[in-house]
Amino acid sequence: MTATARDHASRFSATSESVVAGERMVCDVRGAIHFPEIGLLAVSDLHLEKGSRHARRGWLLPPYDTGATLEKLAGVIEDYRPKIVVSLGDSFDDVGGAARMPDIYRTRLLELMRGRDWIWVAGNHDPEKPADLPGGTVSELAVGPLVFRHEPSKGRLAGEIAGHLHPGARIVQRGRSVRRRCFASDGARLIMPAFGAFTGALNVLDRAFSDMFCPDNLVAYMMGDGRLYPMNRRLLHAD
Amino acid sequence: MNKPHDDRSLHGATALPEAFSRWFAARGWQPRDHQLDLLARTEAGSSVLLIAPTGAGKTLAGFMPSLVDLAQRGKRKPGAAGRGVHTLYISPLKALAVDIERNLTKPVTEMALPIAIETRTGDTPSSKRQRQRQMPPDILLTTPEQLSLLLASKDAERFFADLRFVVFDELHSLVTSKRGQLLSLALARLRRFVPDLRTIGLSATVAEPDQLRRWLVNQNPPGRMAELITVEGGAKPEITILDSVERVPWAGHSARYSVPEIYQSILDHKTTLLFVNTRSQAEFLFQELWHANEDNLPIALHHGSLDVAQRRRVEKAMETNSLRAIVATSTLDLGIDWGDVDLVVHVGAPKGASRLAQRIGRSNHRMDEPSRAILVPANRFEVLECRAALEANYLGAQDTPPIGEGGLDVLAQHVMGMACAEPFDADELYEEIISASPYAALTRETFDRVVDFVATGGYALKTYERFARIRQTKDGRWRVSHPSVAQQYRLNVGTIVEAPMLNLRLVGKRGRGRLMGGGALGKVEEYFIETLKQGDTFIFAGMVVRFEGIRENEAYVSHAPGADAFVPAYGGSKFPLSTYLASEVRAILADPRRWKSLPPQVAEWLTLQKLKSLLPGRDDLLIETFPRGKRFYLVAYPFAGRLAHQTLGMLLTRRMERGGARPMGFVATDYSMAIWGLRDMGEMHRSGELTFADLFDEDMLGDDLDAWLADSWLLKRTFRNCAVIAGLIERRHPGKEKTGRQVTVSADLIYDVLRSHDPDHILLQATRTDAASGLLDVRRLAEMLSRIRGRIVHKQLERISPLAVPIMLEIGKERVPGEADDVLLGETAESLIDEAMGTR
Repeated sequence: MTATARDHASRFSATSESVVAGERMVCDVRGAIHFPEIGLLAVSDLHLEKGSRHARRGWLLPPYDTGATLEKLAGVIEDYRPKIVVSLGDSFDDVGGAARMPDIYRTRLLELMRGRDWIWVAGNHDPEKPADLPGGTVSELAVGPLVFRHEPSKGRLAGEIAGHLHPGARIVQRGRSVRRRCFASDGARLIMPAFGAFTGALNVLDRAFSDMFCPDNLVAYMMGDGRLYPMNRRLLHAD
Repeated sequence: MNKPHDDRSLHGATALPEAFSRWFAARGWQPRDHQLDLLARTEAGSSVLLIAPTGAGKTLAGFMPSLVDLAQRGKRKPGAAGRGVHTLYISPLKALAVDIERNLTKPVTEMALPIAIETRTGDTPSSKRQRQRQMPPDILLTTPEQLSLLLASKDAERFFADLRFVVFDELHSLVTSKRGQLLSLALARLRRFVPDLRTIGLSATVAEPDQLRRWLVNQNPPGRMAELITVEGGAKPEITILDSVERVPWAGHSARYSVPEIYQSILDHKTTLLFVNTRSQAEFLFQELWHANEDNLPIALHHGSLDVAQRRRVEKAMETNSLRAIVATSTLDLGIDWGDVDLVVHVGAPKGASRLAQRIGRSNHRMDEPSRAILVPANRFEVLECRAALEANYLGAQDTPPIGEGGLDVLAQHVMGMACAEPFDADELYEEIISASPYAALTRETFDRVVDFVATGGYALKTYERFARIRQTKDGRWRVSHPSVAQQYRLNVGTIVEAPMLNLRLVGKRGRGRLMGGGALGKVEEYFIETLKQGDTFIFAGMVVRFEGIRENEAYVSHAPGADAFVPAYGGSKFPLSTYLASEVRAILADPRRWKSLPPQVAEWLTLQKLKSLLPGRDDLLIETFPRGKRFYLVAYPFAGRLAHQTLGMLLTRRMERGGARPMGFVATDYSMAIWGLRDMGEMHRSGELTFADLFDEDMLGDDLDAWLADSWLLKRTFRNCAVIAGLIERRHPGKEKTGRQVTVSADLIYDVLRSHDPDHILLQATRTDAASGLLDVRRLAEMLSRIRGRIVHKQLERISPLAVPIMLEIGKERVPGEADDVLLGETAESLIDEAMGTR
């Protein structure tokens, strides 16, 4: 119960420091990573305007996903005040997403972008530069030993920060199963969780992730309510 | 069906057309009173509710007005326009419709009546459906969903123009669900086409027939109720409680102790039907009987999760009387007429007395001979419950849940369907809808919000105008904006949202752990599979299997012969203890004179309780507190059913937490609830620091409930159902899930976003109403809290009491679904840390 939850509080927190390819970084429970030395904040798979994309097809999902995602992003940006923001692909749910975005959200996004470098990495959902928005669009970005790209490369690759797969992890404890989004890293590379409000997750033990990590070193940083819980491979369960 | 009777010349067979009198006479039968009575009243233009026990010729009575009317109608003249459907028959089960077709075709053929009878269900091939639209049968036997689909088509008005009668079978079971709500709206539409339509409801005995009588007729404005015809039950059933020489266990649901005695009863009878409450109980019992089956009796298993082909084989075998026993769950509950069952065994507590009556009705399908039934309680509390049920059955007491107000999700689906049929005028549709009894109190404002929801989602943020599914035309009518909208409606019609199911496939292990294909075993709930780890064993389709993994929408298992099933067999009772039975159980508990009818070991248990602690009065709430190990326990005995107890446990632990009692966890059963924690709650009560009166105050159903509800998994599950029914998210069609989990937008995420951005959205409103009446059983809890005000009896004990043993045995076995995910995450991650630090 809650009493027990409090006991755990001392051991887990909202951020978790780790190192990828020798570069110090902070994983934030909200789904972002921050490199303090570089002043760079990265988020992946925002999937903005996913609700309206479904609405176009007749499923009138709440039109608030863009708002919710941007509010969370605003919180992260306010906390870390990064010089550079990298949106690691699939920033919009489809090519027309940016054009569909209601004005209130466009204004909000422009506010967040003001005064900092903003880089849109192209993703499979949004291969083109988002309509009427500033910021540079690149297919990948190299910063020191790090490479940011949307789709993770096959095989083990040191220094790659990617998204696309929406990693999630599952544990089974006391007859209950808990599935959460997670950061997945083996210390050499990192695959980021999806940041968008309507995005789901794919189990890190799924075939799609095979051969990407050194299994002995794989840690899934599971996103709890306000805390990150690091789990090693042994504690994880396939779907 | 109709046996010779005494002199019935009062009605005589003369009121019937000649073909009918001849048919009855040829069999030496006479029409029964209620059959003629029903005929007379419908001929006078009335709608009728017929309440009769199984085997009373209810079905023939229901169709009599149609058959007579059709027989007198005469042949269609050559060249005249084709006729529409004359009579609709609506049944809750596809199988029942098929069964009725067979039973009705027989007399119609024998009387040589020119009447075409056909079924239309989800299984009807599309060519036949097409033909039915062009040339409708006289009598169409169908389900509520198919009726809604027919009504949503463009030619609905023509199709139903000649409709005279609608017969609703098993009305008592239909009306309490969302299906019943949708059906009531369909009936409202039929009444618009045919204002003088006559309805006939067939029902088992219910506590409040007037609700059904109103349901059957126009409520805008409310006029006379449908007329009521009641047929008294025949011979009283002979029901006994298994008087076991074995020890009845304190807790658990397996009833393993009784298997040799059940087996003996099977040997002693021709055909035995064994009913249990859950699928896993069915699996368990079947396996145990199989072990005991030294005579190689043909015993079969039947439950809704089994592969269809396997179920059909069992049903076929039942029809031909080639089985000695069938272990079944509620899939066999409704009035399907199969085989010659001469004994019903009910394993586990029968929960609601009306369920019991229904199930006992299975045996000996002839009204004038007594049915035989044996109740087998699985634990000691169930002995009390069986005893209470048994007395209730003799008293004829019936309890069905009250017909609630119609759900807004159901209404949204119906509004969409009506737009698909033809452009509608909102004023007219509103007037039509409030003629359905579940929606009689619907306000115009709420109706308009539902229309807005159907059109653009009903969001406070108006950004979906350009995606509107229905739009107002110049004349003010609402029209679907695109044919694809109608297509979407048709694929998602219906109110039954199944728990997501996975196909279960048996596989063999081949080198390097690769799984090789194998046969389909059936379907299993995704939430059950979710709790499994690879290698866990459980029972399915009568064997122990090992869970291997999931691919797409299939779960793989392998044979695990000889292994013990690791996962507890019991997944929780789906049916709460009814209010009436609960009060009977409390009455038995409070009155030692009534213990004489109990098995000696159970009476002893109660005597011991009286000695060591105390037994509460009929209207009291007993609370015991005692220390055990390093913890302090509080056990309360509200007898309000598991759902209500679970809600109570959630709310109490919140309050205790606030009051500094440091609760650690709780567990709930149908009868009692236990909370444990780090402080002595009995002492806190005595010192006045946190009194039980305050703790159990009704005000917990205010803010505490709202706060807890907000992020309860229960609400999320309810939301998912509402969202599917209302047409917000796509129904998952089994076997057609093309995309993986990461692509579909989960209902949980939608719920979270909607709750924080549009808390007053109409679908959230529908969800809260649903949850309060359904999964949370707040109504029950409220009744209980108000009943026990000022009647709490506290007993401080040194150690556990006899009455507390059953629930204490549940601790640890029980999965507490409400427990916060984060606690589990913390525990799991900690195990790693502890290991690393050498503390474990």
